[in-house]
Amino acid sequence: MTAEILRASASDLASRIASGDLSSVEVTQAHLDQIAAVDGDVHAFLALDGARALASAASVDARRAAGETLAPLAGVPVAVKDLFCYEGLPTTAGSRILDGWIPPYNATVVDRLRANDLIILGKTNLDEFAMGSSTESSWYGPTHNPWDLTRIPGGSGGGSAASLAAFESPLAIGTDTGGSIRQPASVTGTVGIKPTYGGASRYGVIAMASSLDQPGPCARTVLDAALLHTAIGGYDPRDSTSINAPLPDLVGAALSGDVTGMRIGVVKELGGEGYAPGVEQRFHEAVELLMSLGADVVEVSCPHFEHALATYYLIMPAEVSSNLARYDAMRYGLRVGDDGVRSTEEVMNLTRGAGFGEEAKRRIILGTYALSSGYYDAYYGSAQKVRTLIARDFASAFERCDVLVSPSTPTTAFRLGERIDDPLAMYKADLCTIPSNLAGNASASFPCGLAPEDGLPVGFQVMAPPLADDRLYRVGAALERALHERWGGPLLDLIPDLANSKAVRA
Amino acid sequence: MSERVNDALMDYDEVMERFDPVLGLEVHVELNTASKMWCSCSTEFGAPPNSQTCPVCLGLPGSLPVVNRRAIESAIRIGLALNCSVAEWCRFARKNYFYPDMPKDYQVSQYDEPICFDGHIDVEVEGETFRIEIERVHMEEDAGKLLHVGGSTGRIHGADYSLLDYNRAGVPLMEIVTKPIRGTGAKAPQVGRAYMELLRSIVLGLGVSHARMEQGNVRCDANISLMPKGTHELGTRTETKNVNSLKSVEGTLRYEMCRQGEILANGGRVHQETRMWHETGGYTTPGRSKEQAEDYRYFPEPDLVPIAPSREWVEELRATLPEPPADRLKRVQAAWGFTDRELGDIRAIGALDLMDATVAAGCTPAAARKWWTGELSRRANEADVALEDVGMTPAQVAGLQRLVDAGTVNDVLARQVIDGVIAGEGEPDAVVTARGLAVVSDDSALLEAIDAAIASDPGAAARVREGRTAAAGALIGAVMRQLKGQGDAARVRQLLLERLA
Repeated sequence: MTAEILRASASDLASRIASGDLSSVEVTQAHLDQIAAVDGDVHAFLALDGARALASAASVDARRAAGETLAPLAGVPVAVKDLFCYEGLPTTAGSRILDGWIPPYNATVVDRLRANDLIILGKTNLDEFAMGSSTESSWYGPTHNPWDLTRIPGGSGGGSAASLAAFESPLAIGTDTGGSIRQPASVTGTVGIKPTYGGASRYGVIAMASSLDQPGPCARTVLDAALLHTAIGGYDPRDSTSINAPLPDLVGAALSGDVTGMRIGVVKELGGEGYAPGVEQRFHEAVELLMSLGADVVEVSCPHFEHALATYYLIMPAEVSSNLARYDAMRYGLRVGDDGVRSTEEVMNLTRGAGFGEEAKRRIILGTYALSSGYYDAYYGSAQKVRTLIARDFASAFERCDVLVSPSTPTTAFRLGERIDDPLAMYKADLCTIPSNLAGNASASFPCGLAPEDGLPVGFQVMAPPLADDRLYRVGAALERALHERWGGPLLDLIPDLANSKAVRA
Repeated sequence: MSERVNDALMDYDEVMERFDPVLGLEVHVELNTASKMWCSCSTEFGAPPNSQTCPVCLGLPGSLPVVNRRAIESAIRIGLALNCSVAEWCRFARKNYFYPDMPKDYQVSQYDEPICFDGHIDVEVEGETFRIEIERVHMEEDAGKLLHVGGSTGRIHGADYSLLDYNRAGVPLMEIVTKPIRGTGAKAPQVGRAYMELLRSIVLGLGVSHARMEQGNVRCDANISLMPKGTHELGTRTETKNVNSLKSVEGTLRYEMCRQGEILANGGRVHQETRMWHETGGYTTPGRSKEQAEDYRYFPEPDLVPIAPSREWVEELRATLPEPPADRLKRVQAAWGFTDRELGDIRAIGALDLMDATVAAGCTPAAARKWWTGELSRRANEADVALEDVGMTPAQVAGLQRLVDAGTVNDVLARQVIDGVIAGEGEPDAVVTARGLAVVSDDSALLEAIDAAIASDPGAAARVREGRTAAAGALIGAVMRQLKGQGDAARVRQLLLERLA
């Protein structure tokens, strides 16, 4: 029974809770038990909110029993990346500089989870301040990929993705700035969506790069992601970059999965050298599968994608250097060196030196340099121009295609420690995902198989024009349905059991 | 350092002989919007420390700004009142620097895209008109307030610790920057002062700021440099802060001109620096050195969308502008028929609006001027209150004058009526009734008093009968005293002379 609950989809759990077949309390307790059983090895969670979670679950059960009609995902547990402010629990952003900080307010996304009666289990691990592709830069230690505990779960949102693959939670929330939802989804065999920029509120999300950050849903199935996206997305007057328009029918698209006549563009520049053979193989198989379902496939060229990584690594650090300035020991968080004699400048210096990890410091310095007097035009200014060119490449491709596709990341999960001393090698994990952040359109990663050479998950990236998020779900659902048929079930049926896991089936 | 350095100062006239001053003023105007620039926290002055804050104005992790529409309106209106062009499209920018009073360690401001630019305004000093070119008007947010505790000066030097109040953080500020102002000669300090005064009256007239310099609603940074006469290359300038009164603006500019003149005349170099003005003593001292300008790493604010005021909206706002002060002065002077001196008296006591209202209530300008610049101004000074708080309204002044015109009270009695109105006893006619101040107009009562006066001073009466009418004065005085002043002196005189004919 427990294994059944843990492996069920969120939509499945929701309808069984709504019908009274299951209680939210037992579902929540099952997940808390699984976390207790396996998270010592996985380390997906930084903080747990067991008592509040069970109290919320009990409230859902009571109201359902009283005949109240509840929201579609009511009573279903969700894990939240530790970048979202959630009152009453520490929010650390994976950093020592916010160790123990308890926000006095909720992010809008968190408020919407609560308003929709989802049960927040706790906060998940991430690269420090969302900067990374492996979750190795977290002050609290890395998260381990449930497929192979010696490997990275992706980053920055490795904790959220791992919690899904470890059956610790049926749903999770992440943020995606350069691929931090999609790349972890890819290497863990789960679903991860980056909504159109402005499609989900950034209010209460600790800022990394303001023009790139976007909260999004993480799940094990396409329908679950669509349901979660619908619950959290949409206009927020507290976020001036939030889009004041209704969301398209995401759930409808996920249920339909009809791709007949859809024009699919394969991006020429996102493949080839540097891409693992197994990744390319599964990618092309998925493309062929979509063709067989009635989609038209063409190759498109987006020539400026070649500069996307460089563009991103100028714009993002610049914004980071400004967004992380507030961690100055004056109002909250870590304070080092305040001995009653030192000046504020010295205390700020010492605190930031001690409180930030290497990658955070690297990006702050890069960004400060890129913005500095005399260099603005050469670096940040030029990068913004190339960004426009990349957006134009997309626009022009979208004239001929409804969606663009590529692998989500060039390789499968690499080993922990493998790239930690080579930042550029690490950055390349984001090659495929970065263009979509720069252009602000909608993109997603869907599981498309295991690489033959290592048996590790491969992700299939779909990119749609801004505001056309529903197309992601349409394509994802088509792929999922066809692949489940081919595999005889979901990809996660193949994941090795973790020691002590309660998700082992009979 | 706040200790006075003994600056050698060149004599002002000598400065004027040898140099041409160039001044520039950067004025920050705190808006009187109900809420802050990016959040809905109150901007009310005087609240307990850190009681008007929220995640946004504290810059808590995850917080985001939302722009205050009224602030944008005010920025545009200020720009229009200064004859500026209004940008068709502009953005906010981040000005990055670290300081404890800055919650985000960057200020959201505007950099190369100010909302208003290229304007001008004329100021008048002793009959001479100077055109001040306005470089820009832009929007930004205020920082928190630092309180340094323990030192002897209240400044950071020597303090034991510092306290921070973030109530002020995020309050909307408008920064108004002039282009370099040349050709003012010896009047430079007065031009600076006149410009500040005009800016104050403009923002007050627009209703966008409380404009109290003592409360920091309007802050001035005064920049000044000297060019040797006959040259045209700008000299090194200093910027003086803490200039928080009109008097200080003038004093600062004058002091700096004399200080710089002495340095330059001795072959020295003026240091480009920020200085502080000390009102007691009237001198400036060096602050931070500005030799190395801080690099603020400006970039467009990604959390806010661009501002693109439609031309229709700009014209709607233009229609809300009050009459420009200079135009208004010309108009009222013509309408009221005052000489420059008479108008000057009214302006000196800040009574233009009061005059307007009094005339609108039906009083003649001459009478209104008499009351406001005379009796009421005196009482306001005695009570140490602003003229508009003296306790009598323009409508009441008009009412009083009606009573005088009707002969119900004379000038002397009118002063007692004013006493009563200020004491809160009611409207002028109610005070007259309650205190029994009406001029006695009943001839029989007057004759009674006249007969009594004649009876008690037969000598004076006799002299009047003999034709020495000057002697009537003593009798009239006696009658008026008898009547407690409530007599129409002219009528009394007339009846008295008839009696003694």
